[in-house]
Amino acid sequence: MTRTTAIYIHWPFCASKCPYCDFNAHVRERIDEDSWKNAYLAALSHYAEMLPERIISSVFFGGGTPSLMPPATVQAIVDSIQKHWRITNDIEITLEANPTSVEREKFLAFKEAGINKVSLGIQSLNDDDLQFLGRKHSVRDALTAIETAANVFERASFDLIYARPNQTLKNWQEELEKALDYTARHLSLYQLTVERNTPFHVDHAQGKFSMPDEELAADFYILTQEIMTSRGLPAYEVSNHAAPGEESRHNMAYWTGGDYIGIGPGAHGRITLDSTKYATRDHAAPEIWLERVQTSGYGRTLLDPLSPEDRFLEGFMTGLRLRKGISLSELERRSGADWAALLDQDKINIAQKEGWAERSENTLRLTTEGILRMNALIPYLLRDDRSDRDGPHTAA
Amino acid sequence: MTHPLAHIRNFAIIAHIDHGKSTLADRLIQTCGGLEAREMKAQVLDNMELERERGITIKAQTVRLSYKARDGIDYQLNLMDTPGHVDFAYEVSRSLASCEGSLLVVDSTQGVEAQTLANVYQAIENSHEIIPVINKIDLPAADVEKVRQEIEDVIGLDASDAVPVSGKSGIGIDGLLEAIVTRLPAPKGEPDAPTKALLVDSWYDAYLGVVILVRVIDGTLKKGQKIKFMNTGAVREIDRVGMFTPKHVLLNELGPGEMGFITAAIKDIADTKVGDTITDAKKPCAEPLKGFKPSVPMVFCSLFPVDMGDYMKLKESLGKLRLNDASLHFEAESSQALGMGFRCGFLGLLHMEIIQERLDREFDLDLIPTAPSVVYRVYSTKGVMTEIYNPVDLPDPVYIDYIEEPWIKATIMTPEEYLGGLLQLCQERRGEQVNLTWAGNRAMLVYRLPLNEVVFDFYDRLKSISRGYASFDYELDSYAKNDLVKMQILVNGEGVDALAMIVHRSQAEYRGRMLCERLKDLIPRQMFKIAVQAAIGGKVIARESISAMRKDVTAKCYGGDITRKKKLLEKQKKGKAKMRQYGNVDIPQSAFIAALKMGDE
Ligand SMILES: Nc1nc2c(ncn2[C@@H]2O[C@H](COP(=O)(O)OP(=O)(O)O)[C@@H](O)[C@H]2O)c(=O)[nH]1
Ligand SMILES: C[S@@+](CC[C@H](N)C(=O)[O-])C[C@H]1O[C@@H](n2cnc3c(N)ncnc32)[C@H](O)[C@@H]1O
Ligand code: SF4
Ligand SMILES: [Mg+2]
Repeated sequence: MTRTTAIYIHWPFCASKCPYCDFNAHVRERIDEDSWKNAYLAALSHYAEMLPERIISSVFFGGGTPSLMPPATVQAIVDSIQKHWRITNDIEITLEANPTSVEREKFLAFKEAGINKVSLGIQSLNDDDLQFLGRKHSVRDALTAIETAANVFERASFDLIYARPNQTLKNWQEELEKALDYTARHLSLYQLTVERNTPFHVDHAQGKFSMPDEELAADFYILTQEIMTSRGLPAYEVSNHAAPGEESRHNMAYWTGGDYIGIGPGAHGRITLDSTKYATRDHAAPEIWLERVQTSGYGRTLLDPLSPEDRFLEGFMTGLRLRKGISLSELERRSGADWAALLDQDKINIAQKEGWAERSENTLRLTTEGILRMNALIPYLLRDDRSDRDGPHTAA
Repeated sequence: MTHPLAHIRNFAIIAHIDHGKSTLADRLIQTCGGLEAREMKAQVLDNMELERERGITIKAQTVRLSYKARDGIDYQLNLMDTPGHVDFAYEVSRSLASCEGSLLVVDSTQGVEAQTLANVYQAIENSHEIIPVINKIDLPAADVEKVRQEIEDVIGLDASDAVPVSGKSGIGIDGLLEAIVTRLPAPKGEPDAPTKALLVDSWYDAYLGVVILVRVIDGTLKKGQKIKFMNTGAVREIDRVGMFTPKHVLLNELGPGEMGFITAAIKDIADTKVGDTITDAKKPCAEPLKGFKPSVPMVFCSLFPVDMGDYMKLKESLGKLRLNDASLHFEAESSQALGMGFRCGFLGLLHMEIIQERLDREFDLDLIPTAPSVVYRVYSTKGVMTEIYNPVDLPDPVYIDYIEEPWIKATIMTPEEYLGGLLQLCQERRGEQVNLTWAGNRAMLVYRLPLNEVVFDFYDRLKSISRGYASFDYELDSYAKNDLVKMQILVNGEGVDALAMIVHRSQAEYRGRMLCERLKDLIPRQMFKIAVQAAIGGKVIARESISAMRKDVTAKCYGGDITRKKKLLEKQKKGKAKMRQYGNVDIPQSAFIAALKMGDE
């Protein structure tokens, strides 16, 4: 069976660690580039043996900071993928880049290696906020990087972090409008999240800065949707905006239950073997991952079969992140679980009445108001198993 | 042969908690050779794990010692370690009834405390000869003369012959033993009269079945003898007779004046009521001993397992505890908010705490206790009285003529500087002052208080106001009519049964407001607005609302986040089973548990 499949390559290194970031990213004095290159190649061979008949539709170099990778390594990886598998004609090969490590020469080399899309971590177009976020680049660096990327690559996207401490709606509107002057195709706009196990978490707990309250955060989100829609880049996912046809195909594979191979420290994957879906995870510590691949040919520490219910839940929660929503019948087919057994019809009706969800025959999608409450709404819509505790409630 | 009556001494040791009762008992046992030094573990008599750990005696214990006095005679000393706490007051009084004298132990660094008083009055009621013992004189802070004076001033006992000792180091122990044989009276009794014995206590032993602690008054108890329990009417055959040294030692018989144990193939301690009279089935005595009363629970609370799957385990565990504690009452209860559980009755607050702790510790059960409550007497408009053990059961106000609640008489001993705070506390709790007297710079305060006001956190407040220096004891006084109402907590208009309580009308608004505020902080925000109200009858007396959430969405969802989020979702889905629906909203049980756990701050 030829199943289209995505490949995620995780590069776990950064030049410095940003205080808000909880990605598997590490700072190292020295990296043995050859060993790392060989390790990725070995892990790819391993998956090529395990999943021979695949058509690769996208590759994503994520991190960490993959723009710090030697282009030769990227080249070797792309070549090896092409050697092992068939690829689609319009394969999307994305690389995440930091504005500090952007040079025209290097971008050209990445393009040479096969990269056809970059995603830049701009984060802010305000120097004070860049500093607050611990970024090592300035607004000027950022704009140069965007221009360079746009010159070299046909498709370039960038990330911004908003709803920052002290940010006003007006500031953000101006910043976003400015950003939009630089791209008309794809933008990822993330509200700042104070993640556990980050320096920001400690600072926030100690009151060194305060986050916008829920009301303001909601207003930020709604304003963002309005601006982006009016500029022709509506959200296709909670935080991702694109002109029609410009959606990240790779990320869509995550959100629509596609197969993806995850390679590199801490990388996750979802792969189908003999019609069972498995979740995979590679060892998160870079040095251990490297050693494992060197000794056994792969860095995976987990290969967990997913039950129909698991698959349904994953498909449900990721699918509702998408503006187009989910097709219940399609999700049923894909997961093998009966949706009526898992979802509470009454609750769906209430969500519709409240204006949080829209339902047509087969599809269920969330409105902006629904998306705003998604973390509470999704568990709410799930049926619970407490029928067993119904019974007489009289005191004995 | 049983011991000649004249050479027997039966005595109890009474003391305020931590004044050294158990340590002194150990020292006496050791001095009389009951145990080798290597067998002495600290506080031999407190044999339940919890007793040793908390340093409180729950079951009465008795040990037979043999002491060769200076007059050359071998005396049989029966030493009784009583449960000192007020909750077990009835057990204490039965233990005291089996002795002729008491050692009143007072810590020479602390002086007379509330429990000292309560116990000593009981000893006096039982016509005991009392030997004041001033303990812990090895400590540098010991002030024997001051304490001697206090015993005279506060208790009114002649303390000129008080015996100064140190249970810990052994100073004065020989003198104390001499005082016991010379100053305490020998028991009286008729060897040839029909058997008459007091059932002092009983407990379940995995090997022996129910073991009964007895004090023989007249006649003898022998193996093979058919005996009758006069109050329950049960007839059994004795299969073992013995004593504790504190080891179990089997004997042929127990004679008048002696203490020891019997077993009679009894499975359930509920058949052996403390205070009952044991007699010979064929040749019974004419009259049972006076003063028998069955134990009555005074404080109630409901216990629910956090994990509903633990219901049967809770039931079995309570059953096991009851094997050894006939005063523990329980019956099944089902609550809308908390599921299936048990309504339990206890002798008092300490008893309740001990049972909860044992369920947690020995049976590894996670429990949700509801707020403690007392027994109300509800008089209907038709003039019928019903006892209400659970606020949930209170009938509609229109059918109620009036309600009576139990009052206690509390004795508080406190250093002067905390008196103001304590008076205020008692006043806030609807107390009525009965008496205020002084002993040096310490005040003895006697108050009548509604038990309902004491079961919440009175004791904790008392300790915190007085920095731990005040002591407190109480006895049940009487029932009295009061303006009591049932206060309900409503979530989105629906009553939360577990939070219903009976309160005095004057306290209702304050309590209601507090509970609503607390719930507001505990109930997580939801997609819908939630109203939390306190109400009496149909009338809302306090309200809070929890506004609906406006935003809760995770910004990023990369490949790795999916697994994490799915795990969370599964947990939430499971957690739903522990939620209760009120209108549109699901409230986690944990919010109610937390509201209950916070007590009455
Ligand atoms: N220094 C000293 N400490 C003692 C003496 N008797 C008891 N204690 C200590 O006082 C505490 C309470 O003693 P315990 O016998 O459990 O008191 P109970 O609660 O009356 O049974 C323990 O820490 C004992 O070690 C004594 O004579 N001298
Ligand atoms: C894999 S990360 C970083 C890629 C690249 N190393 C960089 O920093 O430019 C992808 C994006 O997630 C977003 N992100 C990371 N941590 C975040 C946080 N705590 N809150 C909101 N967005 C965050 C940033 O916009 C970031 O560009
Ligand atoms: S935000 Fe990007 S550059 Fe900063 S630590 Fe995370 S992965 Fe590295
Ligand atoms: Mg003790």
